[in-house]
Amino acid sequence: MHEMSIAESVLQIIEDTARAEGYNKVKAVWLEIGQLAGVEKESLRFCFDVVTRDSVAQDARLEIIETAGQGWCMECACNVAVTARYEPCPSCGGFRIVVTGGEEMRVKELEVE
Amino acid sequence: MCTTCGCGIGQTLIAGHAIQRPRKPGGEMHYRVRGEGMTHVHPHGHIHDPIDSGAGPAGTHAPGMSQARMVKIERDILAKNNDYADQNRRYLSAHGIFALNLVSSPGSGKTTLLVKTIEALNGAQPLAVIEGDQQTDNDAARIRAAGAPALQINTGKGCHLDAHMVGQAMQQLDLQDDSLLLIENVGNLVCPAGFDLGEAHKVVILSVTEGEDKPLKYPDMFRAAAVMLLNKCDLLPYLEFDADLAVEYARRINPTLRVIRISATSGEGMPEWLEWIATGCRNTVAAKQLVA
Repeated sequence: MHEMSIAESVLQIIEDTARAEGYNKVKAVWLEIGQLAGVEKESLRFCFDVVTRDSVAQDARLEIIETAGQGWCMECACNVAVTARYEPCPSCGGFRIVVTGGEEMRVKELEVE
Repeated sequence: MCTTCGCGIGQTLIAGHAIQRPRKPGGEMHYRVRGEGMTHVHPHGHIHDPIDSGAGPAGTHAPGMSQARMVKIERDILAKNNDYADQNRRYLSAHGIFALNLVSSPGSGKTTLLVKTIEALNGAQPLAVIEGDQQTDNDAARIRAAGAPALQINTGKGCHLDAHMVGQAMQQLDLQDDSLLLIENVGNLVCPAGFDLGEAHKVVILSVTEGEDKPLKYPDMFRAAAVMLLNKCDLLPYLEFDADLAVEYARRINPTLRVIRISATSGEGMPEWLEWIATGCRNTVAAKQLVA
């Protein structure tokens, strides 16, 4: 998707929390990004480095935890793994799958001082 | 600037004027009430943190020892946009306004379809249009020529509308109660999928001059939409486009997607589209009265 907007939103969350919690330096940032969230990880790393320059998060280590895609197959009536939206159900081969997980984009944790 | 899609900030214009873009989230949004002047707020959020050497996890400070600690955040990255979208949605539902976010590739015929829709509604349904494009006021001018109030948002290098831009445009437009708001997003099948504007539904437009497999190539958008308009259907006899296959691909991504085959030029499918809009408007007004 547009990793620059996402990196800027991450920095805003970090800066808001920095004001509320009173820290001056962020050493590491943990993001949770779903497999189906449409985020290119390498591009996000590049954008994160650019937007955090001269901020509390300058030189912070970016850790990306990828969560697996999950769906509900309406034919099989069970949970199935979904690695991409256009893929068929691994057991019945059908496409009537409703995605139930793997779309999240969250800032989980920060290591600060 | 984003290396993926070229989006950036600082060049957004609404009707040619720079957008107010707060670094920090603002307070309540204030909308212009019909007949009143503009109201505005100045959010002030000051938190002055003293330097507290005892704020570390041990509650004390020893020279040379690291004060590193972990802070749990668990916040959605798009939370700020979603907050603005919620504000827009609350305003829209309180005023009985049915809002649609129209998304597609450039050149799918969105603006022509909008013009024809406005002409067909012919003043019977009060409506307003927000137009999103990187540059120029051309589309808003076309809409105004068709007889509807329209406001242009120029996103500059930005590749999508966000809820804050739309909220500002809503303040400037004189939105009527119990009306229809059509938001034409920037022509882009990628980024607008992730940005909620506060609309009731996303409507994706696919034209038959594109490839049948576009739903598979850009699945996020087809998943986010409630309706797909298969546009330019009058051209089908001249093309090798397999309409049934396109619909099948789209339903692979989104099994509950409603599909309307339409042609802005010949008028095919327009009654079904207009009826769908009318039902949405009626339901929105009924929901408002239920709450009131």
